[in-house]
Amino acid sequence: MGEEFNPSKPIYLQLVDRISWEIIKGERKTGEKLPSVREMAIQSGVNPNTVSRTYNELERMEIVETKRGQGTFVTEEKERLTQLREELKLNHIQNFIEEMKQMGFSSEDMIDGIRTYVTNEKENNA
Amino acid sequence: MITFENVSKKYLTKHALSDVNVKIPEGKIIGLVGSNGSGKSTLMKMIAGLVAPSEGSVTIDEEAVTRRTASKVAYLSELDTYYSFYSVKETVTFFASQFPDFDTEKAYEILEFMDVDKEQKVKHLSKGNRGRVKIALTLARDVPIILMDEPLSGLDPMVRDSIVKGLLSFIDLEKQTVIITTHEVTEIEPLLEMVIAIRNGKVLALEDVETIRERDGMRIVEWLKKKYQEEA
Repeated sequence: MGEEFNPSKPIYLQLVDRISWEIIKGERKTGEKLPSVREMAIQSGVNPNTVSRTYNELERMEIVETKRGQGTFVTEEKERLTQLREELKLNHIQNFIEEMKQMGFSSEDMIDGIRTYVTNEKENNA
Repeated sequence: MITFENVSKKYLTKHALSDVNVKIPEGKIIGLVGSNGSGKSTLMKMIAGLVAPSEGSVTIDEEAVTRRTASKVAYLSELDTYYSFYSVKETVTFFASQFPDFDTEKAYEILEFMDVDKEQKVKHLSKGNRGRVKIALTLARDVPIILMDEPLSGLDPMVRDSIVKGLLSFIDLEKQTVIITTHEVTEIEPLLEMVIAIRNGKVLALEDVETIRERDGMRIVEWLKKKYQEEA
């Protein structure tokens, strides 16, 4: 049934994250129409009012645009999407650092760890 | 808006509801949660005008609930309330004859959406398909208030999924309010915008589900447990 949601974060924000993620990954293209509120509600098993809230939030973030009588579209402002990509990157880095700190790793440990990991991966793929 | 003001209901010596005060807003899907015998069904039946309060008043849009306001409410009972010797089609025709607001075309549309064969006799349907028929009959009424008492109870995950999808496809929250009781709360949590906690005939809280998640970091079930503990 529907999808799993994290119980400690509002669903409308989890949907905002999910749609942003899909746009960055290119699964939803610039200028593409998003499903209607009802379709999105059915697809994700989520309350339609929650989906409306998600769309409003995405619009406030200028990631989507609502055209009267036509629906909601991914923005065509490439710059905004580049910026969104950076925001998501920062977000992931923050979460990573937060968790590593909790496990007691220093900044140097993290950077070393990443460097080693990336080097190993390159060699394995070579 | 559905308003309960100082509502109590006594059955002989047992209090089914005691001093309930709650204002239920419109245009939302609202979960009514609580343990068995907490008063969920009594509260539902009062909105439907099937049970009268012993004390206090229940109003819909400031009009006292009577048999007349019952025309604003579609009520899906926990029990099976149709004639099993009818075919699905005959059941639809029967419902259309009972409720002037019944939209026959919509009923067929919902039945088709949920893959139910119209020609089958109701008594020959699987439990899951009977559940689907009940949903179709309820959602086909063009009414502002839809009450569903345990619509998912005893049904397998496939049927529950199709019922939730049917609900989302055929309700209109600009005009309709849906109140659902269920024990499968976690499963339909993303569907609910608000939740009412009830215990021993008392309404403990009416809360926005997103707020519970954001402020308390909890699922409805955990929140309900907390409310129960606070009250105990």
